[in-house]
Amino acid sequence: MISNLINRKIFTLLKVQYSNMLEYRVEIALWAISGIIPFFMLNIWTNNNLNQSINISNIMLSRYFLCAFFVRQFSVVWVVFSFEEDTLLGKVSPYLIQPLNPFFRYFAQHIAEQITRFPFAFIISIFFFISNPESIWIPNLGILFLSIISTFLSFLIQFLIQSIVACLCFWTEKASSIERLLFIPTLFLSGLLAPVASFPGYVKSWIYLTPFPYLIDFPANLLSGNPTNIGRGFSMQILWILLLFPVFRKIWSAGTRKYTAMGS
Amino acid sequence: MNQRKYLKVFTKFLHTSLASEFEYKTNILIDLITAILSLIGSIFLLSIFFTNNVRLGGWQFEEALIIQAIYTILNGITNTWFNPNLTEIVKHIREGTLDFVLLKPIDSQFFISFKKINPSGFLEIILGFCLLLFCIRINQINLNLSFLTLSLITIICSICILYSLWFFISTTTIWFVKTWNATEVLRSFLYIGRFPLNSFSFTLRIFFSIFIPIAFITTIPSEVFLGISQFWKIFLEIIVASVFLITSRKFWLFALKFYSSASS
Repeated sequence: MISNLINRKIFTLLKVQYSNMLEYRVEIALWAISGIIPFFMLNIWTNNNLNQSINISNIMLSRYFLCAFFVRQFSVVWVVFSFEEDTLLGKVSPYLIQPLNPFFRYFAQHIAEQITRFPFAFIISIFFFISNPESIWIPNLGILFLSIISTFLSFLIQFLIQSIVACLCFWTEKASSIERLLFIPTLFLSGLLAPVASFPGYVKSWIYLTPFPYLIDFPANLLSGNPTNIGRGFSMQILWILLLFPVFRKIWSAGTRKYTAMGS
Repeated sequence: MNQRKYLKVFTKFLHTSLASEFEYKTNILIDLITAILSLIGSIFLLSIFFTNNVRLGGWQFEEALIIQAIYTILNGITNTWFNPNLTEIVKHIREGTLDFVLLKPIDSQFFISFKKINPSGFLEIILGFCLLLFCIRINQINLNLSFLTLSLITIICSICILYSLWFFISTTTIWFVKTWNATEVLRSFLYIGRFPLNSFSFTLRIFFSIFIPIAFITTIPSEVFLGISQFWKIFLEIIVASVFLITSRKFWLFALKFYSSASS
């Protein structure tokens, strides 16, 4: 009975958000295009033969960057921006009365957006294969399944981090600047612009303890077939989720107690 | 055109936007840290490219740093000036408040381009200039009057091109209503301005010099700094900048004919 109710809630939320997202197809296509930075980076790497120094062949590197593009596409999180707007305009108040944590709503929004985004990302990858026909490969089903899970875990980590930052809206009103600050290490250390394998030793020694390489580098390596430590990758991803979730719960309950609706 | 009136209005704009932005003081501090981290991150990325290479697209590390410096300055200008104003156009058109702008006895392009100033970008500009001075020292560039005028001209041209690109995309809001993401696409394309144009493959080089002249924005000013720029390139940049400025102006006036307020 209860699980049935939860199922129905989730299903309805997803359906509503998906139809909402379908309305802005062009917008989502543009979002997909704005994620093509990895391809520019690939161009720099292969055009200057930089990959020879890190022992990755041209083909493997192009697969890596394509996978990095894909992982990024399906782990983009913007919850803090939506939440900030909703708090500033006082839209959170009606959500709080509902017997459903508002973050489920945002979560469904993100999942729906990813479903809408998939065809566009797929089209971009077809263009990529047309221009780089030698890098076509088909990952086996097991690897594909594992990398989808790791991409989802990476999305969860980022969603949790951003939700924690979003909860700071209850105190500071402008939490998006903190998010922009956190985005910088994510951009440079996650492997979106350069594979973590190419980083100098003094960075590699500590980077695997941070969540960053598990956001893009690990799933992308897994999917593209580059060497990676699967056991460590998954355990670190799960560890970070287990660490972040209680923090989110705490800050959420503290924040809602602190929250005073607009105009009070 | 009454120049004194415009100057007076501009100082008023400056005053009000600074007053409103300084209300969020911690925000400015966070933005400063973001700017510093972002610069460190891009230098880190550049150093990865140079670990086993002496040259990237014919540029040495010290020379490529000049590009980073100019990019940082231009990015700072984008954040102080273009981004806050031109994202406002989207809001004006969506909510129909562009009516109020058009009714004012002042040029509408002037009004929407200069209304806001975001002081947090100043820090980025200062940071960029510091890096530029450092580069001038390590590259042993001797400063003389003709060099200074040439570099000033090219940087001003870059700013004009950048402004026109932003303004152009924001103007398309009149037809598409939601171009918030189109600016995001532009942002991700501009990202490649951090690297020398010669480090990209031939097709991308053509694309980024003809369709979106990012090549002109950072590479040519940097070449001027190094004293390796040919005269025709500078001349070309001046022509491109003026063509862009004039077309963006014409495009705005053309687009206004299609503006039909909200709910009409």
